[in-house]
Amino acid sequence: MAEFLQFLFSGLTIGAIYALVALGFTLIYNASDVINFAQGEFVMIGGMVTFFAVAAGVPLPLAVLLAVTIAVLVGLCLYGFAIRPARNATAVTLIIITIGASIFLRGVAAIVFDKNFHSYPGFAGTAPLQIGGASVLPQSLVVLIGCGAIVLALWLLMSKTLVGKAIIATAANKAAAQLVGVNTGWIIALSFAASAAIGAIGGILATPITLTNYDVGTLLALKGFAAAMLGGMGNPLGAVAGGLIVGLLESFGAGYLSSAYKDAIAFVVILAVLFVMPQGLFGRASVERV
Amino acid sequence: MPALLRNYGIVAAIAVLIAVLPLILPSTFYLRIAALVFIFSIAVLGLNLLMGFAGQVSLGHAGFFGIGAYAVAIGPTHLGIPSWVALIAGVTLAGLLAFVVGRPILRLKGHYLAVATLGMGLLIAMVFTNEARWTGGPDGMPVPRLQLFDWTARGSITWYWISGVTLVIASLIAVNLIASPTGRALRAIHDSEVASKVLGIDVARYKLLAFVLSAIYAALAGAYLALFDGLVTPATAGFLRSIEFVTMAVLGGLGSILGSIVGAAILTVLPQVLTVFHDYEHIALGLIMIVFMIFLRAGTVPSLAALFSRKSS
Repeated sequence: MAEFLQFLFSGLTIGAIYALVALGFTLIYNASDVINFAQGEFVMIGGMVTFFAVAAGVPLPLAVLLAVTIAVLVGLCLYGFAIRPARNATAVTLIIITIGASIFLRGVAAIVFDKNFHSYPGFAGTAPLQIGGASVLPQSLVVLIGCGAIVLALWLLMSKTLVGKAIIATAANKAAAQLVGVNTGWIIALSFAASAAIGAIGGILATPITLTNYDVGTLLALKGFAAAMLGGMGNPLGAVAGGLIVGLLESFGAGYLSSAYKDAIAFVVILAVLFVMPQGLFGRASVERV
Repeated sequence: MPALLRNYGIVAAIAVLIAVLPLILPSTFYLRIAALVFIFSIAVLGLNLLMGFAGQVSLGHAGFFGIGAYAVAIGPTHLGIPSWVALIAGVTLAGLLAFVVGRPILRLKGHYLAVATLGMGLLIAMVFTNEARWTGGPDGMPVPRLQLFDWTARGSITWYWISGVTLVIASLIAVNLIASPTGRALRAIHDSEVASKVLGIDVARYKLLAFVLSAIYAALAGAYLALFDGLVTPATAGFLRSIEFVTMAVLGGLGSILGSIVGAAILTVLPQVLTVFHDYEHIALGLIMIVFMIFLRAGTVPSLAALFSRKSS
């Protein structure tokens, strides 16, 4: 039982990070139909900026604010300088652009920062808590609470505010949204900014557990993308569920089956789900018109 | 058939270029780069049949590339079979695997297809990383030289000719395929699956055909690279390799034979040139990818071709 709980907690923690990355994918995809493979770089920026700001003597809350601000600026630049000039390009072309952007950002990070692994102490102390025989880092709870807060805030934004309605309208039909007076360009920019902020917060929360370096974004982008597809692309709740499922699969797979093949287990399940449900777990079937 | 004739003309031009190039290139270093360009071109050509003509994306083609590469490493080392038999076995194996997984995977569309092929590629790469007894694990393993009877294939110039001639043959096969009824069916599927189905085209069968063919091209290229390098590592089959292939195909131009080669050449030569920037290498590479895709968004070859035909008319 203690073992089971241990795997459950570590799976939920890493799953929450994947969920935030998947949520970032979903926000940008809904607003602009772009699969942003530079999503993992926002996570990297969050962790790296916080570490170097703290190391330079900046108080932690200010460092966090700085990291999120920089990530948002990078997200806006990504939209303004790389995605917006290429609008109307095909989906694959846009994917290549975001991959180019991720290579570029990794290159910048390697020079501005360095190529070493970094970490800082958890926000709620470092002594492990004992829960049902499993030892849990306090930071794991911080990650879970942080992830929950972001999902709640996003849900409130989407369902209770006019901006949220405009985002949903843009996702549903861009031309129709423009017709009723939604500034879709502004909404897409906002989606990039929000997506960057969510990624950065994920990185800030996760770094005490997972460490960070300039190259950490590649694998996160892969897992986040897979999680978003598992949930059904474009569905925010599906993205969160997909992220948690991938995290749990990895953790239980590594614990009970084989740690060498932990990534394999997650992808075998994703393939199996897609074969049975080609639109993901929570996606809607689309109809092709001729 | 002007399109077919033009394509034959392009293949002939490629053949002439390959024949003349060794006379111009100043050292074996350049021959080595050229051989690498040809090898990657073969893989990208296959991927372009799948992506550019059938309109199906694959983010896992390095998996097939890796199967070809590891076949010529494991065959002679562990099983004692000659390299050329291992090469044929590896290419066959990749084709068979594509045939088996192709049907369920190709039912998926768009980004779902992307994530499924991505997963498939990652699974293949993970097997190479973890089955250390056979593959040498993360460090990889040495690959014995290709031997035919008493003759051993070694050196850049030998591989320049082997890969160059194979590239010309592979291009000819692709050109003939595109001009055949099969090619027309593939292009119809690219435009609209539903419309093709209504017209009586067996959509699943033609998609599978393009997938298997592209896997065979990739595996052959992978075997060549392993034999040429004398070393194979799991990175050969990794995700970044898959992305590299897709980028080469898109950068050169989807649906263009010449584009496959141009794309492979750009992404092979560019990192060699960019090493002069030392630490700024990745920044430059990322920027160039973005700028190319913004300004030549249909791919280098089709965009430039359109530009010239507009100027002349």
